[in-house]
Amino acid sequence: MVGITSYGGYIPRLRLNRGAIYGANAWMAPGLIGSAGGEKSMANWDEDSLTMAVEASRDCIAGFDKIKIDATYFSSLNMPFQDRQNGGILATALNLKEDIETADFTGSTRAGLSAVIAGINAVKTGDYRNSLVAAGDRRITKMAYSHELWAGDGAASLLIGRENVIAEFKGAYTITDDFIDHFRGQGEKFDYNWEERWIKDEGIGKLVPKAIQGVLKKTGVDGKEISRFIMPCVFGRVPSEIAAGFGITADKVSDNMHKVCGDTGSAHPIVMLALALETASPGDKLLVATFGQGAVAMLFEVTDKIKNLSPRHGISGCLADKKAELNYIKFLSHRGMLQQDWMMRAEGNYKTALTTLYRSRKMILGMVGGKCKKCSTAQFPKSEMCVNPECGEIGTQEDCEFSDLPGTIKTYTSDLLTYTLDPPAHYGMITFENEGRGMFDFTDYEAGKIRVGLPVKMVFRIRNFDKPRGFIQYYWKAKPVISKEEV
Amino acid sequence: MADGIKDKVAILGMGCSRFGERWDCGPEQLMVEAFQECITDAGIDKSEIQAAWFGQCYDEIGTGKGALGLPFALRLPYIPVTRVENFCATGTEAFRGAVYAVASGACDIALAQGVEKLKDTGYGGLPAMDSVNSGSLVGQVMPNISAPGSFAQLASAYRAKFNISYEDLKKAIAMVSVKSHANGAKNPKAHLRKPVTLEQVMASPIIADPLGLFDCCGVSDGSACAIVTTPEIAKSLGKTDLVTVKALQLAVSNGQEQGYKDWDGSYFATTRQAAKRAYQEAGIQNPREEISMFEVHDCFSITEFVTYEDLFISPEGGATKDVMDGFFNADGKIPCQIDGGLKCFGHPIGASGLRMLYEMYLQLLGKAGNRQLSNANIGLTHNLGGFPFSNVNAISIVGRYK
Repeated sequence: MVGITSYGGYIPRLRLNRGAIYGANAWMAPGLIGSAGGEKSMANWDEDSLTMAVEASRDCIAGFDKIKIDATYFSSLNMPFQDRQNGGILATALNLKEDIETADFTGSTRAGLSAVIAGINAVKTGDYRNSLVAAGDRRITKMAYSHELWAGDGAASLLIGRENVIAEFKGAYTITDDFIDHFRGQGEKFDYNWEERWIKDEGIGKLVPKAIQGVLKKTGVDGKEISRFIMPCVFGRVPSEIAAGFGITADKVSDNMHKVCGDTGSAHPIVMLALALETASPGDKLLVATFGQGAVAMLFEVTDKIKNLSPRHGISGCLADKKAELNYIKFLSHRGMLQQDWMMRAEGNYKTALTTLYRSRKMILGMVGGKCKKCSTAQFPKSEMCVNPECGEIGTQEDCEFSDLPGTIKTYTSDLLTYTLDPPAHYGMITFENEGRGMFDFTDYEAGKIRVGLPVKMVFRIRNFDKPRGFIQYYWKAKPVISKEEV
Repeated sequence: MADGIKDKVAILGMGCSRFGERWDCGPEQLMVEAFQECITDAGIDKSEIQAAWFGQCYDEIGTGKGALGLPFALRLPYIPVTRVENFCATGTEAFRGAVYAVASGACDIALAQGVEKLKDTGYGGLPAMDSVNSGSLVGQVMPNISAPGSFAQLASAYRAKFNISYEDLKKAIAMVSVKSHANGAKNPKAHLRKPVTLEQVMASPIIADPLGLFDCCGVSDGSACAIVTTPEIAKSLGKTDLVTVKALQLAVSNGQEQGYKDWDGSYFATTRQAAKRAYQEAGIQNPREEISMFEVHDCFSITEFVTYEDLFISPEGGATKDVMDGFFNADGKIPCQIDGGLKCFGHPIGASGLRMLYEMYLQLLGKAGNRQLSNANIGLTHNLGGFPFSNVNAISIVGRYK
């Protein structure tokens, strides 16, 4: 049996109230009112498609043996790098083994499910024990455009394998058709979209049913047997209309999450699937379909094993951990859409020495430190000589992963002088459960709620943008874990 | 077995420029201003200087890399000149170079000069850390810190350790600044010469919580220098009232504070080490009773505050009481920052360690004008560079030669 063995999700903590977008743009685009309800997830300034996918994947593989992951496929419509394998960064951030196959899937909203199919096929061949599929999208749209309201930011991840399968893969059916609902040419920042009515009627309305019909026929399943119909679509009523054509009633149709986060692009079918898996029961048949230069439909059947999977933070956990944002200007700023005067301290040169990065890639991208074989002192970074003054042995340190260790704030400040895209900067010393420690930037903090002793979780984030060269520095930051009562 | 530096080297002369926003001066003019005072004080000819140590921290501004800045400015006659850099402790490093050279017998008369021209960056505060070391690992993993932000963290750890409220510590460190402003107002060479009230300090805009603007020292242009020789040569040159070096100690972090479990974030591990060694070198048993006056590295009020304890002058956890009692005021038991300190005299990085020594030197010789202390016998300077979690700590003790 091949199928999903675990899932994880990530939705950024910030949620922009769509009223803020509408309020700022109604003077020129009053029609936006139609989609202006609810809130959309909004990546922090230091989050992108990759960082979100890393977080979703950490959620997904928690408790699993990483050594047994033989392939990783990453999907996004907004890859941080055009040429530098993004999936390779993901694998390094997760500290996956070196002999692993990695690949990027992009260029269509269908790419997320294409990556899932590739992950399944990889396991089916028998060459790979498990494959990890991650999809993340931080979507950039023009201002005052309906897609600005529709699009959300988020990521999801699936672990595919043969053992302890929680949702068995039954079949997939793909239609490829160069139907251009939108495109983004080489070097362009924004999508160019064609008329919505045509996309709805001639594109989604015709191609998605073809794929669904294909997978139902292939698996011999009747539409009425479907327990959950998962289809991302910014046109809210369309999925129910398509489902109805197969005898799937409206109560089986998953909400498109417009109200709570928006459409997360190529990640969205997986985001919605991950959410559905949180509440799925053994025997449930999950039909996932999505549109994009054709369409794809996939069928899964939930097994008894789903009861054994330890709870994930998941999409619903992320949705609950939120901070409402009403500032549209801040949203635009976080996406690099504005030209503000950040003053001279912002003029710095953030060139990355690639030699240095490569030598220290495990430390910088994977947050791997050291543990002395002689005295057992855990330390970050890993170094030639043990930091314990009573030890000081040379060459005794083994790799020691720090990223998943609970941490605590030892010292901190809130700094208004240093340049950051979200002032004031917060940073300080973090001590870890294993008595290792280090100085780290903080992110996703609640200003005024930081204190010595506050627990933190380490998260993979953007450290700096090297704009003249188009490079992005990633590193780990401390995210304070603040209880609802403290907020 | 080494017996230390005590009384092996005398200060023949010192000079210090006016510190401040010296828009009309480059490093060259600042160095010449300090040097003229120094060479006149020393009573020798420039040609008698046999070697020089030049302290400048930021080579991105000022005179650039290398030692050329000093001999170019002073037209030194092809003598050995070494540029030293050790964060904000650079000035003391230049002094240490010159003192050790004389003590070793390698030369008879040596010059130590520091300079920094900070007001050519175009913005307030120290130059941003961004572009520094882009090829080094530090440039890829260092948190996005500023100087005030790194030192502000002492306050969070100190509060947690001694269970002090935010308000009480904020008030105690504010008193530190009030005292330094009162002193600086009397110093014609100081950058900031206005007394301030506790209310003003407390109400100043936050820079890095809990540090407000008045918890931060002046960012200044300036230069200071010393000419050193042996006590014997000084006497042969006709000097009768001698100030000699009693101790020169340096302690430098090795990653233990930020990498090993011991350090609690509330103090300077290096200061404690350097202080112990300096007291031993100078033969001081009880610093609270034997030190007449001291200059500490008050880049921020909280730095000065915890340093009282790290120098073993205030008992651990006892700095608040001493501050509130006025123990460090001009009329207190051990005046601290009698010249205004970094806070008000200003902080041209490479010059600061020498500026501290300059004030101790003036006080010991009774030349400190309207801020002259009575019974000035032993002076200590504490010159710190880096961050609380990793730093360079230089301590010197000077006193009358008996």
